[in-house]
Amino acid sequence: MSLELAVAAALFVGVIAYAVLGGADFGSGFFDLTAGSSRRGAELRTLVDHSIGPVWEANHVWLIYVLVIWWTGFPESFAAAMSTLVLPLLLALLGIVLRGASFAFRKYAATLAQARLFGIVFATSSIITPFFLGTVAGGIASGRVPLDGAGDHWSSWLNPTSLFGGVIAVGTCAFLAGTFLVADARRSGQDRLADELRVRALGVGAVTGAIVFAALVPIDHDAPTLAAGLEGRAAPLVVLAGLAGLATMALLWTRRYAVARITAVLAVAAVVSGWGVGQYPWLLVDEVSIVDAAGATATLQGLLVAVGLAVVVVVPPLAYLFRLTQSEAWSRPDH
Amino acid sequence: MLTTDVVTALSRLVTEVEPPGLLPAREQMALSLGWHIVLACFGVAFPAMIFVMHLRGIRRDDPVALGLARRWAKVSAVLFAIGAVSGTVLSFEMGLLWPGLMGTYGDVLGLPFAFEGLAFFLEAIFLGIYLYGWGRMPGRRHVLMVLPMAITGIIGAYCVLAVNAWMNVPTGFRLVDGEVTDVQPWAVLFNRHAFLQFAHMWVGAYMLTGFSVAGVYAVGMLRGRRDAHHRLGFLVPFVFASIAAVTQPFVGHVLGFGLDERQPAKLAAFELAETTESPSPLRLGGILVDGEVKGSIDIPYLGSLIAMNSPDKPVPGLDAIPEEDHPPVNLTHLAFQTMIGIGTLLAAAVVWFWFQRRRGRDLLERRWFLRFAAAAGPLAVIALEAGWIATEVGRQPWIVYDVLRTTDAVGDYTAALWWLLGISTVVYTAMTVGAVVVLRSMARRWRAGDADLPSPYAPAVTAGEGA
Repeated sequence: MSLELAVAAALFVGVIAYAVLGGADFGSGFFDLTAGSSRRGAELRTLVDHSIGPVWEANHVWLIYVLVIWWTGFPESFAAAMSTLVLPLLLALLGIVLRGASFAFRKYAATLAQARLFGIVFATSSIITPFFLGTVAGGIASGRVPLDGAGDHWSSWLNPTSLFGGVIAVGTCAFLAGTFLVADARRSGQDRLADELRVRALGVGAVTGAIVFAALVPIDHDAPTLAAGLEGRAAPLVVLAGLAGLATMALLWTRRYAVARITAVLAVAAVVSGWGVGQYPWLLVDEVSIVDAAGATATLQGLLVAVGLAVVVVVPPLAYLFRLTQSEAWSRPDH
Repeated sequence: MLTTDVVTALSRLVTEVEPPGLLPAREQMALSLGWHIVLACFGVAFPAMIFVMHLRGIRRDDPVALGLARRWAKVSAVLFAIGAVSGTVLSFEMGLLWPGLMGTYGDVLGLPFAFEGLAFFLEAIFLGIYLYGWGRMPGRRHVLMVLPMAITGIIGAYCVLAVNAWMNVPTGFRLVDGEVTDVQPWAVLFNRHAFLQFAHMWVGAYMLTGFSVAGVYAVGMLRGRRDAHHRLGFLVPFVFASIAAVTQPFVGHVLGFGLDERQPAKLAAFELAETTESPSPLRLGGILVDGEVKGSIDIPYLGSLIAMNSPDKPVPGLDAIPEEDHPPVNLTHLAFQTMIGIGTLLAAAVVWFWFQRRRGRDLLERRWFLRFAAAAGPLAVIALEAGWIATEVGRQPWIVYDVLRTTDAVGDYTAALWWLLGISTVVYTAMTVGAVVVLRSMARRWRAGDADLPSPYAPAVTAGEGA
């Protein structure tokens, strides 16, 4: 593997991690928003709080990781994407800011009225953020970001691939969150809530799966390079995404929630990887390849050192955090 | 007639030279950086204070200290959340506002950011473990979970300051026919100016956080709440702030060494040196109007002594520097002196406090001192902001000194970019109001005896369900 490709792979691992881990956090906003009235939804909202509270900031850092590796490893393409896709990126950014702030504010809100206000902001922004990030992915994947950064500010993200990308992002986030929340509810002994979530997770899964595969049709016309990749090199990943998605549905149906999380992660990771492998070897599709977009060699080497260090010093505590959140002591309600 | 002509000529000149997006982009960056920097200070310095408090609680089996540590942890959950998102804003803005910088120099300046991201990762992980670990982990292990946050704060701050130091004293690359070559990212990470800038900011972060937290308890004491809780809550952060405040003048002074060679225009603006005078006076206050210094109090010799470490070596004047390389002099000068003035005041105040304490006089009994202590937090914020304004505005018109002009770095935007600034102002104001409302309500409920602050997601009946 060439140096450029290794850095691009490290970058894309970050994209997958953000889609899966950050995605599950964003998706919980969907369930929060649709949890019903204050009285009816209190239990679910408390579960959302408890479920993503300890991990959301760590999961959010994957986005920073992606941005930093992108601008350091492939600076010109980063500047180009930022310039062309400025509008959806700003809207996603607005969502990120509102969602993080209002989530923290809600947790310590003094009154129900305040908690409601912050809760609506949190939940709504949790849905719009993945949508706009999805349109960004669609803009890049359909070859609408020229390397000089002078792409159209509107059509670069208001196009079939981008819009499907946005909807798929929202759907996969909600699907992941659904399977995670079902398992969390079961672990903390909230069986009635788990049953309720199970039905909704199944619904979200069915809709999202349908959209993911329906999207292949418009992408065929709108993003031919990506489509060729999806039908060729990335075809096994597309199949895997379908199988893992179906398996998740079956596992949810039969109430095997702990395993369902694994297949759900696999399904979403396969969808995202399908995009990455599908557009290989382009970084900005039809505009610049990974190798041509790469920055200075010494910097790429430095980045790999940083990534290696991250594997050694970040992964163990991250695993520890995730293990703690799954432990019996942490499944107890808040103090 | 003449004036109109001059005005039209000038405005034509300005529109020719300045892209319409430059000013809003600058203001946008100033707003988002200026807002984030306060929370970044808490991220850097607060964990160490929480650690000391928590450790004291465990070691001495002190419920007051444990209670304080627990409350501070909850406060930090709010502050770190808005710090994380406002930091994300900056990551986006680097590319959105300054593609000319990131596109050309991204691979030169990027590596420190990679390590900063790593540090932030660890900070976020241990924050999660620490916040939710209360009552769920053995105490001795739990308290150790704060320590990585104090360390990653150091690494993260160093990395960011390394990039800023590189913008002041660029290194680690060569320009050949306008192309960047021979990139040495490690030389940027360990550039020789980074450590001193880091030290200055790190100590500043401890001042800001220490004085701000102590100030909260000073206000409580002013309102007659003079229990062990308030005394301890005041003293621990105040000790941190005191050490930092006394150290800062030295660090700042050493950082200034050689500025006459690194960035003469910045030094001239700091010192309001229009002409080269030997020996240079120290100019307190004053502004430059039409090339003449007005309204300053000049103290002879002191300018040379402080800025040049010499009785007669002159501060190089602005008249020796081409007009197009001048920074906005007045803003730089006044911001610089605001920082110095407040820093000196705070250093003197803490020296006085501890001196009196040694003599057996407790200034916490004095209302005027408590009032001052309450104001010290906001003052430290102003000093820190002023310092950043001084160094950033003082580097203009360069974004990377002597290499890349800010005009060439800014994105190709129209004046529509002002809309972004307007929206951002609204969002940041709302976020500030939200944080203040929530933090004050937390304090109110704590005073009322509520320790846990359960989530109020449902009407009263089920609200206690989660407790």
